[in-house]
Amino acid sequence: MKHLPSERHTLSILVDNEAGVLARIVGLFSARGYNIESLTVADVSDNHEVSRITLVTNGPPPVIDQIMAQLDRLVPVHKVVDLTDWGPHVEREMALVKVAGVGDKRVEALRLADIFRARPVDTSTASFVFEVSGSTEKVNQFIALMREVGLVEVARTGVVAIARGAEAV
Amino acid sequence: MGTEITGAEIVVQSLIDLGVEVVFGYPGGAVLPIYDALFQQNRIRHILVRHEQAAVHAAEGYARASGKVGVVLVTSGPGATNAVTGITDALMDSIPLVVLTGQVPTHLIGTDAFQECDTVGITRHCSKHNYLVKETAKLGPVLHEAFYIARSGRPGPVVIDIPKDVQIMKARYAKPGAITHKTYKPQVKGDLAAIEAAVDMLAAAERPILYTGGGIINSGPIASQLLRELAKVTGAPVTSTLMGLGSFGHEHPQFLGMLGMHGSYEANMAMNRCDLMVCLGARFDDRVTGRLDAFSPHSRKIHVDIDRSSFNKTVRVDLTIQGDVGSVMEDMLKVWRARGHRAADQKAWWAQIEGWRARNSFGFEQKGDSLLPQKAIQRLYEMTKAKKPIISTEVGQHQMWAAQHFGFHDPNKWLTSGGLGTMGYGLPAAIGAQLAFPGALVIDIAGEASIQMNIQELGTAVQYRLPVKIFIINNEYMGMVRQWQELNHGSRYSESYSDSLPDFVKLAEAYGWKGIVIEGPDDLDAGIQAMLDHPGPVVVDCRVAKLANCFPMIPSGAAHTDMILSAADERGEADDDAKALV
Ligand SMILES: Cc1ncc(C[n+]2csc(CCOP(=O)(O)OP(=O)(O)O)c2C)c(N)n1
Ligand SMILES: [Mg+2]
Repeated sequence: MKHLPSERHTLSILVDNEAGVLARIVGLFSARGYNIESLTVADVSDNHEVSRITLVTNGPPPVIDQIMAQLDRLVPVHKVVDLTDWGPHVEREMALVKVAGVGDKRVEALRLADIFRARPVDTSTASFVFEVSGSTEKVNQFIALMREVGLVEVARTGVVAIARGAEAV
Repeated sequence: MGTEITGAEIVVQSLIDLGVEVVFGYPGGAVLPIYDALFQQNRIRHILVRHEQAAVHAAEGYARASGKVGVVLVTSGPGATNAVTGITDALMDSIPLVVLTGQVPTHLIGTDAFQECDTVGITRHCSKHNYLVKETAKLGPVLHEAFYIARSGRPGPVVIDIPKDVQIMKARYAKPGAITHKTYKPQVKGDLAAIEAAVDMLAAAERPILYTGGGIINSGPIASQLLRELAKVTGAPVTSTLMGLGSFGHEHPQFLGMLGMHGSYEANMAMNRCDLMVCLGARFDDRVTGRLDAFSPHSRKIHVDIDRSSFNKTVRVDLTIQGDVGSVMEDMLKVWRARGHRAADQKAWWAQIEGWRARNSFGFEQKGDSLLPQKAIQRLYEMTKAKKPIISTEVGQHQMWAAQHFGFHDPNKWLTSGGLGTMGYGLPAAIGAQLAFPGALVIDIAGEASIQMNIQELGTAVQYRLPVKIFIINNEYMGMVRQWQELNHGSRYSESYSDSLPDFVKLAEAYGWKGIVIEGPDDLDAGIQAMLDHPGPVVVDCRVAKLANCFPMIPSGAAHTDMILSAADERGEADDDAKALV
């Protein structure tokens, strides 16, 4: 079953906000040889009881089913939703991109940033830090362009995602 | 309710409220307050083992034989790490346990304090769930919840790590009502539509088979009863995994014996040729399926399991029913009767099965002076069956021979380490079972190598006057390793000879056990009788043929139909792909 073509899936996992829960999830992936493309986690409830993890993974469909079932049986997991199967949803990530350069390169960096609606959040005479957000592809593209105009380093959040429409998952 | 008591007292009071009668443990600095609280009560019996690994296996044996939750108490650091093998064993075989571990006081956690280890970190992936309890007030609720999690759904081990200061501080404790958990809600009842579909498939099948596993034992004795009824109304043959032995009577004409790597020819062939496979509380383990792409190629498959993650893990099935296997079988029987189904004509199917059965794949011929291990186990069975013994095993050839040649009629009588295959399991498991059933005949069928892995527990049996019997199938080899070396590695017996064996009789006597030697076929019956006649614990050193192999065998990576029935079928050395498999 592991030889079927791989698919990228974005999962939303609602968990008890308790010590060790992230280790449980990450450990599950490493122990069973599943992939993690990106993972984000933050407390999302007003009483601080529930955290939401957005996890992007890839694998053949039967492996994705296994991942869902394995996550679901962890005691502190409230709910696992495969947003990719669920239907229309929005995925975003944010990156901070540091670019150094002077002269033409600096002007070009600013111009490209403008096209990507990336905001400079730090500026020195020889560098910028841009804040860019959007789909993973858009962020990738922006970073690829910045390579040509003096990319120094990147920090990115990983994907957060939510279903479209009025309903909660 | 009103007064505050110490954390240690809360632990003990919770255990009492949970109906715990026996705790298996070993003391140390980080659990002294709990030991002190145990000392001052007389409701719970503490069994002092000689090694923490054995405490866990004893609790497993107790749980498997009695259907109750096994409880373990060990200290921090080495106490906890010694328990890890047993915890993993219980996870693999779905045995309900609660393991209490001491921890250094909360303010020292993370400082590499004396006998500190990251118990929750180490056991996170080998337990069903675990807790580090940092407030005394939470101890009561956590203990009650832990028991609920350990025994409900797919059972498993739950670890509770308790820092020493939490044991000493005081809080109020009240016995909670029924436990519900906000996120953990196992599904017991199966989906009715799926059950109806399953019943119709079963009624229409011409070549059905019931493939049963340890889930039936876990579901409780009623599930074994229901399985017998389901077999009766459907007329289908029944096979069982290693873990499920006893859920169906071994002498029943519909029973095909154990399946899998060392299972019967008829069970494996029937699995391969069936048109409908109904998997009841088993999990398509690699020891059962053999080569996956050749596994039962022409059948539709129904899988009943309480754990959704068991579905489609390695084998794709056509219909899944999530629920307790006992509850699902009960509903299946109701639907079957309500629809007035009759079993389809299976004459041709049974004729085929009888043909396979006629190969007598568990057959052996005892001749000459050296006692065949199969013969030893067969006689042990015949001479003890009237007493309905509880059998535990170690791991190796003797374990497989016991599964093949000892007959099991009832659930909870067969204790073996299936998933993890832990040498050293059998003696402590027998001790645990004997504590649950003091009047029962409990025998550990052992190998001379495995028994040395927890041999120190001879002392535990003596201390608590437990008349456990150990029947060592002594072939002077790590026989199962030697067999693989013979089949896959050119008979180069690298480090698999059991050199410098102790004199098991003297060893037994040194601990206050009786020791008996069986030298060969002529002593066999007398030796077994002497073992049975002795009221106390007995070690039997049964000397058997040294180079006997365990057949039939599906070599790893081979299909069910490529079974080796006897030494004459061996096909030379395996290729590298097969060698890479375990
Ligand atoms: C703790 C542990 N270590 C190693 C093994 C690998 N192993 C499986 S069977 C076996 C040999 C067992 O020898 P013995 O107890 O004499 O049983 P026999 O096969 O001879 O009946 C070994 C070493 C194991 N299963 N468990
Ligand atoms: Mg041996």
